[in-house]
Amino acid sequence: MFALLGPLGRTITRREPARRDDDARPGAVVLSREDVEEIGRELDALRAETVADLGAADRKYIYDVIKVQRGMEVAGRAAMYVPFLPPVWLAGVGALSLSKILDNMEIGHNVMHGQYDWMRERGLNSREFEWDTVCPADQWRHSHNYMHHTFTNIVGKDRDIGYGILRMDPDQRWYPHHLGNPLFAAMLMVLFEWGVMLHDLEIENVVQGKRGWADIKPLAVGWWRKAGRQVLKDYAVFPALTGPFFVTTLVGNGAANLVRNLWTFSIIFCGHFPTGVASFSEEETADESRGEWYVRQMLGSANIAGSPLFHVLSGNLSHQIEHHLFPDLPAHRYPQLAPRVEDICSRYGLPYNTGGFLRQIGSVWGKIFRFALPNALVGRPGVPTVVIERSSGAA
Amino acid sequence: MGQIAAGRPVAPMLGRLVGLFETMATPHGVDRYTELIAPTVTANELRARVTDVHREVADSVTLQLRPTRQWRGFRAGQFVRVGVVVDGVRHTRCFSPCGSEHADDGRLELTVKAHPSGLVSRELLERAEPGLMVDLEQAAGEFHLPRPRPRDIVLISGGSGITPVLAMLRTLVDERHEGRVAFLHYVSRPDDLVHAGELRRLGKALGVTVAVGCTGTPGAGDVDGHFTAEHLAQAAPWVRGAQSYLCGPARMMTAVREVYDGMGIGGNLHTEAFEAAPAAPPADDDVRGTVTFSASGVDAANTGDVLLEQAEAAGLSPEYGCRMGICFSCTAVRRSGCTRNALTGKADAEPDQPIQLCINRPVGDVDIAV
Ligand code: FES
Repeated sequence: MFALLGPLGRTITRREPARRDDDARPGAVVLSREDVEEIGRELDALRAETVADLGAADRKYIYDVIKVQRGMEVAGRAAMYVPFLPPVWLAGVGALSLSKILDNMEIGHNVMHGQYDWMRERGLNSREFEWDTVCPADQWRHSHNYMHHTFTNIVGKDRDIGYGILRMDPDQRWYPHHLGNPLFAAMLMVLFEWGVMLHDLEIENVVQGKRGWADIKPLAVGWWRKAGRQVLKDYAVFPALTGPFFVTTLVGNGAANLVRNLWTFSIIFCGHFPTGVASFSEEETADESRGEWYVRQMLGSANIAGSPLFHVLSGNLSHQIEHHLFPDLPAHRYPQLAPRVEDICSRYGLPYNTGGFLRQIGSVWGKIFRFALPNALVGRPGVPTVVIERSSGAA
Repeated sequence: MGQIAAGRPVAPMLGRLVGLFETMATPHGVDRYTELIAPTVTANELRARVTDVHREVADSVTLQLRPTRQWRGFRAGQFVRVGVVVDGVRHTRCFSPCGSEHADDGRLELTVKAHPSGLVSRELLERAEPGLMVDLEQAAGEFHLPRPRPRDIVLISGGSGITPVLAMLRTLVDERHEGRVAFLHYVSRPDDLVHAGELRRLGKALGVTVAVGCTGTPGAGDVDGHFTAEHLAQAAPWVRGAQSYLCGPARMMTAVREVYDGMGIGGNLHTEAFEAAPAAPPADDDVRGTVTFSASGVDAANTGDVLLEQAEAAGLSPEYGCRMGICFSCTAVRRSGCTRNALTGKADAEPDQPIQLCINRPVGDVDIAV
């Protein structure tokens, strides 16, 4: 009859088949089918309202960001010519880091979501855009835009849960190698752009022999083309152009890439892994309605509170909830939409997971350490329960 | 230009330099940087800067454009695609340059007539100023003067169809063409005539006859009423031995073709219809027409479903992911026709636009490059 959608996959029908909806834990939020569809309608209306309002101001916004990003990049490259003045060189590393962060997050990620396709601009089209990182855009569009955004937080389908390496959810089976969870996470953080590049490889399926060379080859060709050019630029051409300062430029460029990796990893992990975020099973999400999809996006994402500058530097992924509801709306609109989404959540008693950066990232690392161990040792984190009356499968 | 002191061509060196800049700018390309400072300095992209704006008659504007160095020129009669930003969105329309092929400074002249519902034409009429940058594509189209030029040439146009034909006339005059040239042009009122001064000037060239007809104002033009065989006989009694070029509204084109066919010289008539403005979307629930999947050569009757489903029902397998409008995997180019977005309810009929197949329904006849 009813499936129970509980955060962190506590699907009561699945896990405890003897219990029914009337046994739902006290305090659980119950959404009727009508509630879910009404939430869907409200969010659709919010979306349509925003789409109708897109225009010159949004165009100006993204071009302003691009101008700042290009300016930072040029300034950062120029500062590499004066490594004998350490503060200038350091400022250059900072500018280049910011340039890469803006390029990857507020520009690249968002443009490749199709957020600016409506502008019909060659340089900002989701099918054509490439970003300043080693992962080829087309592979990312598959693993991210399609796999992650369609199957958000469905254990077994959304490969962003642990990226095939980490154990981030109590419903992922524990293996002894998960003892290395914190170490693997730290490595992934440092090498994040390479991790993102390898994402579409589905490394665990390769290890298990489920994917052969025929599957891998086209990906590898893409990596060679994209990553090769990125490496050439940052680690050969620009260092060579600074002549005697080859080494300091090389180090500076490497540092900028590293800073970007640490930052993007942190922001992205805050989007779905802080405590209180729900995960789902394939069974309970089969044949979802649009309303149910919306509710899953809200329960499966988490925001980070912060200043406007913080939001821009996170590519507005600090508004992960709004991003997951409206992945193709220009991200700089999310701060405007957030209070209205939060209002919907509060009216239906749904959790709206948000908190400061330190709190969210702390809770992410808490999970990384916790899930290194089997559930038997550390138990399951307590999370709010939401019960959804499903539209399909209801007798 | 093109040579440096040592006598070596500049091009290979420039090419190598551009190559280095491209590596430095990877993955965005040099133009994504230069456009922020000097939009006219482009490594790859063709654009143009508006240098002069002239509003001669109500509802029309004549622009002089200076293209970037990638411009390969045009043949009189061809068209170019011009992209202009209106309310944040870049819209592209076709216009025929109306200047001579031999404009000495390589500039491009466009005369744009604003239609009441014409987004781009109205924008240009109301807001184009010198300094405006527009996107440009290389000239295209089969309707142009052949080389070598035919000896005798008849040019006929109506309304804003004047532009390609005027380009031909100006080109021939610049070339001091030795054969006979007749130019017949129709407008409905004298006030609608663009380039009046220029036509008068051209009419004085050796061997050139220029006649303007005013279809809605009897007695106002050189010839009376709509096109007839007599007009032709009057302006170009030698038409049988000539090649003729015609561009105008559909009704006029039919009338001219009938006269030529009647004289048995239909083979000498070369025509071009104007690019019609995108049609207004039909009513919401209007399920009719044919969906053409032109890349696979498959036609199907419109069922009213979203295009992804119609394509699959027709036995095709376009790429897709989410099937709900979020991943953009199913994007394909709508070559022509109108579609309605199922999420926003918005209809759109601009040709050659990428659309998401999983959330767009065809409205009437649609051609999709799948
Ligand atoms: S299939 Fe994902 S947008 Fe159409």
